This record gives sequence, C-alpha cells and structure tokens, in this order.
Amino acid sequence: MKKELTYMDKVYRWGGIWNISVMLILLAFPVAVALLFNASPDWNGLLMGLVATAPMYWAVGVVETITFIPMLGAGGSYLSFVTGNISNLKLPCALNALEQAKVKANSEEGEIVSTIAIAVSSIVTTLIIILGVLLIVPLTPILENPVLDPAFAQMIPALFGGLGVVFVSRNWKIAIAPVTLMLILFITIPALNSGTVGIMVPVSVVFTLIISRIMYKKGWL
Amino acid sequence: MTFSINHPIIFVLVAIIVAVVLAQSVFFLVKAWKRGVEIGMDKKKLRKIAITASVFTIAPAVAIVISVIALSKQLGLALPWLRLSVVGSLSYEAIAAENTANAMGIEATAALNASQFVTVTLVMTISIMVGIWLVPAICKKMQNGMINLEKRDKKWADIFNSAMFIGMIAAFVGFVFCDVSNVAKGDFSGLIPVLVMVVSALIMAVCGLLAGKFKKIHWLADYALPVSLLAGMASAIPITSWLS
Repeated sequence: MKKELTYMDKVYRWGGIWNISVMLILLAFPVAVALLFNASPDWNGLLMGLVATAPMYWAVGVVETITFIPMLGAGGSYLSFVTGNISNLKLPCALNALEQAKVKANSEEGEIVSTIAIAVSSIVTTLIIILGVLLIVPLTPILENPVLDPAFAQMIPALFGGLGVVFVSRNWKIAIAPVTLMLILFITIPALNSGTVGIMVPVSVVFTLIISRIMYKKGWL
Repeated sequence: MTFSINHPIIFVLVAIIVAVVLAQSVFFLVKAWKRGVEIGMDKKKLRKIAITASVFTIAPAVAIVISVIALSKQLGLALPWLRLSVVGSLSYEAIAAENTANAMGIEATAALNASQFVTVTLVMTISIMVGIWLVPAICKKMQNGMINLEKRDKKWADIFNSAMFIGMIAAFVGFVFCDVSNVAKGDFSGLIPVLVMVVSALIMAVCGLLAGKFKKIHWLADYALPVSLLAGMASAIPITSWLS
C-alpha cells in the first residue's frame, strides 16, 4: 500500500514543483523577448556581465539559503526565495507572527504560522507593486517628495528597533556577545555598510550559534 | 515589431509571470490555512496573523514601489516591475544592470535596444537565481536536521532557534551604527539611524506595556511592530532635518 504523505512531505513536493516552474518561467522571459523582437543577446556582454555579477551573488545566495531556511520554515522558504526581500520584510514578518501566535518556529504550528505570514506578505507586496505600476504617474511626485525621503531611507533602523527590543530583551544573555561584536565591526570597519550588511548576517548567525553552544555547555543558558 | 523598453507585449509577459508568483503565494496560503484548521488551530488566530502581516507589509512594499520608480528611469517600467516582484532589490538590480552595461560598452543610463535589454535581463535573472533552486534541493534535509536536533536535545534546539534570530538582528543593529564614527569628524548624520532605532524600540516597548496593562487595548500587541515601524519612519523626518 502506498504510504500517505504527511503535510510536510507535501510542502516539499509542492515547493519543488513551484520553485522549479518559476525558475523556468523567469528564464523564459528574456528568451521570449529575444524571439518576439528577433534579437539575440550580446554574448560577450552576457559573459562579462555574468562574470562581474554572478560569483558574488551565487556565493552569498548559497550562504543565505542555508542560513534562512531554518528560520523561515519550509513553506516560508519556498515562497521567500521566489519573492525576495527576506531579511527586510519576510523574515521580520514571520518572526512577528510566531511571536503573536506564541508558537515555536520548529513546530508544525510554527510552520503554518510562518507560511501564512509570508504568503500574505508576498501577496500584499505584489498587489501594492501592481498598484504602484498602474498609478506610477500620479504616485511618482508623492513618493519622490523630498519630505518623505528620510522616512524610507531609515526603514531598516525603524524595523529592527521594534523587532530588536522584543528579541534582545527576551534573550539578552544570547544577545550580548553578537551585538557587541557587530557594533565593534560595523563602527570600526568602513567597508561594512548597507551594501555589505547582507553578508554579515550569516557571519553573525554562525558566531551567535557558536557562542550559544559554549554558554549552553557551560550551563549559562 | 519595433522594440521599446515599455512595449505593451513586455508588460503582458511580466504580468503573466507576476500572476504565477501571486498564484504560488495564494496556493501556499490556502494549504497552510487548511492544515492549520485541520490540526485544531483557532481560525480567529490565523485571521489575526494574516491581518497583522498585511498591515506590517504596507510600508516596506511602498519602499519597493519607490525602487521600481527609481529603476524605471533607466530600464523602463516593465522590467523593474518584474525584478522587484521576484527575488532582487534596488541595489542588486542596479549593480547587475551597470555591470552588464559596462561589459557591453554602453552607458548604464542609455536607452537599451532589444539585444541589450535581453542581455541585462539574463544577467539579472541568472545571477540571483541560487535560492530558487537551492531551496528545493536542501530544504527537506535541513528541516529534518532541525527535527532531529529537537528530538536529541529539546532545550538546545530552542536555544539554537533563538540564537539564529538574535544573530540576524545583531547584524542589523551593528549596521545601524555603521556611520557613528563620523561624529568625531563633526558629521552627526550617522546618529540619525541610531535615534530612529531608539524611537522605534521605545514605541514597541510602550505598546507592549500598555497592551499588557489594559485589557481593552490588548489588540495593540498585535499591531505593535507595524506601529513602531511607522513611528520610527515618521521620526526620521524631524531627526534627519535636525542632524544633517
């Protein structure tokens, strides 16, 4: 008799089918444009453009994927790595939902809560972008108004202030070492800025795990 | 057909892809919701989670629309619409476009022809595609690893989870302070993100305290994060004009 699939088995199956399909569709887009307008890519430009761009983003992509999967849960990971904006939107959204529902990330309830939060966030984002595209002419002067500029420029600090106070206060013992290390690194190394913070996330996560393990073994947690 | 970066057919193609991406989110939402109800989760609770997630998403999504507008000046409207609806960001797309434009020997701000458009789109798509195929390749193994960890040592598994979240937050807290050292040179603008973060943290703490103390406004706890996000962003306007 065929073994009945669990919910998680189904998530892995659905996720695989969806993500590979989306990947193929995304690759088909430039191919379709090339065929419709009878244009071939600039092969030299393509190769050189890829050499200049891909290696760094592939490396960061691998590390990010490994880092974020345990935090996003299975359903959340499949969705987040298609729709993007993970550390500045999807992950905080999932974290807040887990907190709100008072469930643990590594439980089935946690899996469901983070999937719902990330799916809703992806849908709302996509719809707002569609609205933005439809209304670009009247919206541009409003959204590019210099008065609003600082508000959007400071979105990350505004987001992590609220999120940080909850998680750091609850896990202050775990937080002391990584927060101190990251403060020292970001303040003293000029190369660490908005462009490189994404690379520092996995570094900080691994460091926090190592320190937490040591503290756990010593019975401090 | 004569090519233009804003040709209606490109919009149609992008609309089809965006519809597929939207369908994936709806699919997972429905499946997770059904499963939640099946295992006895309260529908009201699930609805609350969905509402909070949508309210929280509005401001960051508007920021993405601003990125679409910024990129549209160079790449037309359809391509930024696609690129920022799927994995990508303003800085990534701008870097990929500039690298490719440089490789083709054109100015990054030049109007693209069909061949250049196809080339730029291919580089943008291929260079950031890792996550989309890597998740299906390793997700099950990694999640099973987490389950085994939980079975072996429950307490450590909980600490492991918290440590990952704290690690991510620590990196962003560090980032907020990245320009603070400029204060020594008389440039106080590096304090803007720090003060914005403090305002947001204070608002979050106040929301938590009020919701805990007064039963009537218990709902405030659900919206504390979006409220602190918006309050922090709003505070950035006077703080920036004061310090820069």
